[in-house]
Amino acid sequence: MVICNSCRYCEGFCAVFPAMEMRRSFSSGDLSYLANLCHDCRGCYYACQYAPPHEFALNLPQTLARLRAETYAEYVWPRLLAGLFQRNGTFVSLLTSLAIALVLILAASLRSSALFTPRHAEPGAFYAVIPELAMVGVAAATFGFAMLALAMGFRNFWRDTGGGPVAQTRSLLQAFSDVLTLRNLGGGGHGCNNRDEAFSQNRRYAHHAMFYGFMLCFASTCTAAFYEHVLGLVAPYPLFSLPVLLGTAGGLGMLIGTAGLIWVKVQADPAPAAKAMLSNDYALLAQLFLAAATGLLLLILRDTRMMGVLLALHLGVTLSFFLALPYSKFVHGIYRSAALLRNAAERPTK
Amino acid sequence: MTNLNELYDVLVIGGGNAALCAAITARQTGASVLVLEHAPREFRGGNSRHTRNLRAMHLQPTATLTDSYTEADYWKDLLDVTGGKTDEHLARITIRGTTEVVRWMEAQGAHFQLSLSGTLNLSRTNAFFLGGGKALMNAYYLTAERLGIKVAYNTEVKSLRLVDGAVQDAVAISEGVPVTVQAKSIVVASGGFQANIEWLREYWGDAADNFVIRGTPFAKGVLLRNLLDQGVAPIGDPKQCHAVAIDARAPKFDGGIVTRLDCIPFSIVVDHEARRFYDEGEDIWPKRYAIWGRLVAMRPKQIAYAIMDSKSEKLFMPSMYPAIRANSIGELAQKLGLDENALEKTVREFNAAVQPGAFNSGSLDNCRTAGINPPKTHWARVIDTPPFIGYPLRPGITFTYLGVKVDENARVLMSNGQPCANLFAAGEIMAGNILGEGYMAGIGMAIGSVFGRIAGRETGKFARN
Repeated sequence: MVICNSCRYCEGFCAVFPAMEMRRSFSSGDLSYLANLCHDCRGCYYACQYAPPHEFALNLPQTLARLRAETYAEYVWPRLLAGLFQRNGTFVSLLTSLAIALVLILAASLRSSALFTPRHAEPGAFYAVIPELAMVGVAAATFGFAMLALAMGFRNFWRDTGGGPVAQTRSLLQAFSDVLTLRNLGGGGHGCNNRDEAFSQNRRYAHHAMFYGFMLCFASTCTAAFYEHVLGLVAPYPLFSLPVLLGTAGGLGMLIGTAGLIWVKVQADPAPAAKAMLSNDYALLAQLFLAAATGLLLLILRDTRMMGVLLALHLGVTLSFFLALPYSKFVHGIYRSAALLRNAAERPTK
Repeated sequence: MTNLNELYDVLVIGGGNAALCAAITARQTGASVLVLEHAPREFRGGNSRHTRNLRAMHLQPTATLTDSYTEADYWKDLLDVTGGKTDEHLARITIRGTTEVVRWMEAQGAHFQLSLSGTLNLSRTNAFFLGGGKALMNAYYLTAERLGIKVAYNTEVKSLRLVDGAVQDAVAISEGVPVTVQAKSIVVASGGFQANIEWLREYWGDAADNFVIRGTPFAKGVLLRNLLDQGVAPIGDPKQCHAVAIDARAPKFDGGIVTRLDCIPFSIVVDHEARRFYDEGEDIWPKRYAIWGRLVAMRPKQIAYAIMDSKSEKLFMPSMYPAIRANSIGELAQKLGLDENALEKTVREFNAAVQPGAFNSGSLDNCRTAGINPPKTHWARVIDTPPFIGYPLRPGITFTYLGVKVDENARVLMSNGQPCANLFAAGEIMAGNILGEGYMAGIGMAIGSVFGRIAGRETGKFARN
């Protein structure tokens, strides 16, 4: 990084370099901040005159990705669970299988008759398979815990990278827009490097599809909750109802986005990648892909006898997703947003 | 693998900016083009991979350039740095050519950015490549591939067979195998001879062993010598080159930008006997950085040391190597391997000569010395606030100016004044036509781009006739 700081050719690529230039030496908190500010577009690797096989063997995206993987373990709450980031792929896949099995077993033992009974998607059909109380209770508990753990992670990161209040609206708005547009995942505006020196916006578009797809699914869940608890309308809802429309669009977005990101990753040049991060990446992508796929399948087949099993599968995957949330690659969203917020706050106003 | 046995319209020798400008331009006229690059793919691009900007004339502000920089301004600056040792006709062709070259580069996939921070305030005169020269070269190679230009790496051209001023064929070693390559016309863009220490020794003697070569180790000047031996007209003083003072801890080759030190105006510079030898504050740094390589090269042992105190530490871009620090001048001398008494004496005399003034790092201020020789005419402040800081300096050679003489069409000229029938040159190998001595930022890329484009245009024409 001392090399980067005396070169500065990459300054125009993203926020990492100007942030680096504001410092002449780097504390471990600074490094955590820069590592999470990096969006891994890899533009600097291909532009670097010191990249291997040069004797300086500079590989900034890989170095920052390694550091980033370390920060996930460092800021996790509770600290006891830091080990979960060691073999994250194994952890997430085990958890997912266990969660699916658990939901299936519970459904089978509580409502054995309902699981394979063909039924139409009339109101209340889902609760015939999984009792409402169990579904809502477990969802609320896991979601609540995940939010708490993520908030603690954010706090740990914020403190370690310098602390302090962020009061300025301008910074908040700037960070918000950086998160929503992935401005920094563009190598200065023309895209990432995936396979080689050529630039492509594919990764950014795929991430957008996945991110906004996820948001739509989240919105779908919220409207469904509103329908049920405020309007008193019980799921499943008709095809053209708001929750189903939002969920379908979101599910498709997630499906396309996660498949696209996996495809980009499979084809990517391994040189600037960090091995330590790959299993985290694939695990979260696979989880989201499965969640979207089972959700859409459930919608398509909800009038058949497969509905019960698919509902259990979908809920199993979703449960594992929320259980693993603070211990999966999902945390990158928290730390990157925090880094962008810090960046927006420390950047000189023009 | 690239087929080297067919007859190409245009053979381009070299793989840097000038070479690719020529290759792409020739290809765009419809010619078939083969590029032979000595370096492996990872190190392709010659010295261009270490560059970052191009000095461009412009009459009004553009997306990446502020204000205006007219032909007259540009010409005056060039005249100033070369001390008049330039060919006005070729220089003006270069200057005018830069107005369209930035747009052309963008059309080939190059990206530019707003001027960098901490880079000698060049936003008016120089267009900066986003990501630097290697990113530019990546863009060119991608375009070359798309256009169907054939590129062979690890291929060093050893000689061109010239008969009556016409190139018959080229003898090369490709991936270790000797080959003979034929083409209707040839562009040599294979750089200077700066990486050939043996050759440098012919002019510099043992001093050459202490030179650091900032760029590509592949610029051995093999073709340059081959052509001069066959009666091609030479141009330029073989001792002249673009040389800057860089951190002495730099690697022998390819250290690039991170070894440079911009601390000289805010320091005193002493030789190995701890004596000052030149006015460190003569002018603003962008106008003086390119003389210090030669100054250090001409000192005994080709080493010098920049000495300053903590007041100056934050005024310049750091090199990648840590500053050498000490709490007293004596201790600093020890750490640098200098005689303690001698350095203390030099600093004492310098401090005594410093006149009161208002220090301003950004402009020619009135902080100067009186009664010592050499004087320091600006930014002279007493060195008294520990920690004291030192950096060792060596001459860092960017490229040499001895080259082949060309005409306005980039056509190589023979010693008898006759132009070669089918041989053209671009880049460092002919930069001496325009740069007799001295240097200014971004002029190398300007010459390479403009003459690369001309060579491409002319070889394209040649292929059609």
